[in-house]
Amino acid sequence: MFQLLRDLYRTRRQLGLQRPKQPSSLAVRHVDAGSCNGCEHELGAAAGPHYDLARFGLSIVASPRHADVLLVTGPVTMHMRAALLAAYEAMPEPRIVAALGNCALGRGILAATDASAGPLEELLPVTVRIAGCPPTPEQIITGLEPLLHKAATT
Amino acid sequence: MGGGRPTDSHADEADIRSAPPDGWRDAVADLLSRGYTFGSLHVTGAPDAVELRAAFIRDGGFQMITCRPVDRRAPTIVDLVPAADWDEREAADSSGMVFDGRRTRPLLTHPGQLEQWTTTVRGRDTHQVAVGPIHAGVIESGHFRFHVVGERILRVDLQLFYKHRGLERAAVGRELGEALAFAQRACAACAVTNSVAYAHACEQALGLVPSPDLARVRTVLLELERLYNHLNDVGAACAGVGFSPGTMVFAALKERAQRVNQALTGHRFLFSTVQVTRSDLEVNPQSAQAARVELRGIRAAAEDAWHEVLFHGSVQNRFAGVGVVTAADATTLGMVGPVARASGVGDDTRCASPRLVYAGFKSATPLDPGGDVRARVEMRALELPPTFDLLDTLLEGGLGRAASEPAGEPVATGMAAVESPRGRTFCTIERSGPSITRLRLRTSSYANWPAVALAATDNLLPEFPLINKSFELCYACCDR
Repeated sequence: MFQLLRDLYRTRRQLGLQRPKQPSSLAVRHVDAGSCNGCEHELGAAAGPHYDLARFGLSIVASPRHADVLLVTGPVTMHMRAALLAAYEAMPEPRIVAALGNCALGRGILAATDASAGPLEELLPVTVRIAGCPPTPEQIITGLEPLLHKAATT
Repeated sequence: MGGGRPTDSHADEADIRSAPPDGWRDAVADLLSRGYTFGSLHVTGAPDAVELRAAFIRDGGFQMITCRPVDRRAPTIVDLVPAADWDEREAADSSGMVFDGRRTRPLLTHPGQLEQWTTTVRGRDTHQVAVGPIHAGVIESGHFRFHVVGERILRVDLQLFYKHRGLERAAVGRELGEALAFAQRACAACAVTNSVAYAHACEQALGLVPSPDLARVRTVLLELERLYNHLNDVGAACAGVGFSPGTMVFAALKERAQRVNQALTGHRFLFSTVQVTRSDLEVNPQSAQAARVELRGIRAAAEDAWHEVLFHGSVQNRFAGVGVVTAADATTLGMVGPVARASGVGDDTRCASPRLVYAGFKSATPLDPGGDVRARVEMRALELPPTFDLLDTLLEGGLGRAASEPAGEPVATGMAAVESPRGRTFCTIERSGPSITRLRLRTSSYANWPAVALAATDNLLPEFPLINKSFELCYACCDR
């Protein structure tokens, strides 16, 4: 385990992700609206030991009622539409919707299939867009960072 | 080491026979009696000329039977092949098929009334607990309806297909090579498996076999995919019992494995590494050697980490005896993959994969196939050494461009079976000239989801996340 810790310290220095100067925090609720699970894997990795969302003040919460940010993956399938909207409705204000991955941005070969209810931006007010297929954990953190600056200064 | 040349007597077998509706069941029973295993069932040709097709596999050879239902009615085969349950339900939902001799509950469709898709459970103190489709952690979407007394699960009804994106339908009409993207899109964690299964099915239909080099590249990619998946799964099981050191150390190992993927192919999930009829992936000998060194490092670290999990008393206490699937039930349900082998049943498709480089492959045998969470998690650890061995051997010298070779007559239908990290994935394609007319991707997750419901029965509700994680099936792969 100690070897692991040494590896992690070295990797974090290599990554060079800077913590925001002013401390702030954001509670993130993830909703899978029909992804291929790539974005879920990378979001999980972002919360893991190498990238560690927590040291930036980002936490993944269990309920939309605890959340500042709704982080949505997938092209929004018809079956997920109602649950996705219910999750948004359950969020207290101020609330932010972030699109994670190319599918959530309405891109790619799944954007307009006969099972799609999307694109996301026509269902919810998306203000943060993190592109990638899937976005790497690094891209996820740098994509959410502007929200932390905003949270710290408002 | 075998190349792409088939050496097994069934390797080139891909027969398609038709049966009349009243001979359908006999044709299925005949194949089963000859040792064939059910692969997949689907409907094609809807809405005009509906045809029911069932594919079977034995030692790397394929048999398909087809039948023309009259007025979209055909006899059910679910009593002969319980594994065909979801296939028949999907056919009913998507094509309006009626299967005589059974009732098909909705699978793809989500009816408003609870009675239409859940089991009626009555008794003192019984109540329902509804979970999902959105879950508390970072997990894919799916719904579980538990029928419980206190904390004990009497039964759970699964409602998946929240992530149904219509991939198979969207592929229709596309050129074969282009449509591979739809097979890959089904699932990130099985991107390589689904792509290779699709490519193999197309190549069979085109009358091609992989050259030894092409078989080697695809085998490397499949094993790279298996590696990060198995590391992920052990970490997930630790997360299921709240054992953070285990979760974190295996998450770190998974990260190292994905960085090897990135270094070798430019993508952490190996996206776009597989093509139909060829491979353009090039890995020079220096990069290959660097990967081999790193893989040896990951191997040693994974052995140490597994040793710690294996001998951690409180973790093993939580794992042992939970979520048991007996060998009999695993056989009945047609379970596949490591979770089936943990119950003592099921083969490993790699043992009969003439289009890949697995000649002489021996599947890891569990020490105690108890079919519980413990056995399922242990199977991942037991399967790592053969994967590390294969990668070390196959990466030596690097990888170069490769192509398939002519082998037989082109036909309209192609079938393939590939061992994904979760078990056998079966792919059927039908084509008209260069275009796809039907894609059916029946993944290992699709095969195993009913077993999750069975495993949960009689366990405590708080143990369901652990039971689910011991399977760690893909929702995306299943839903498509």
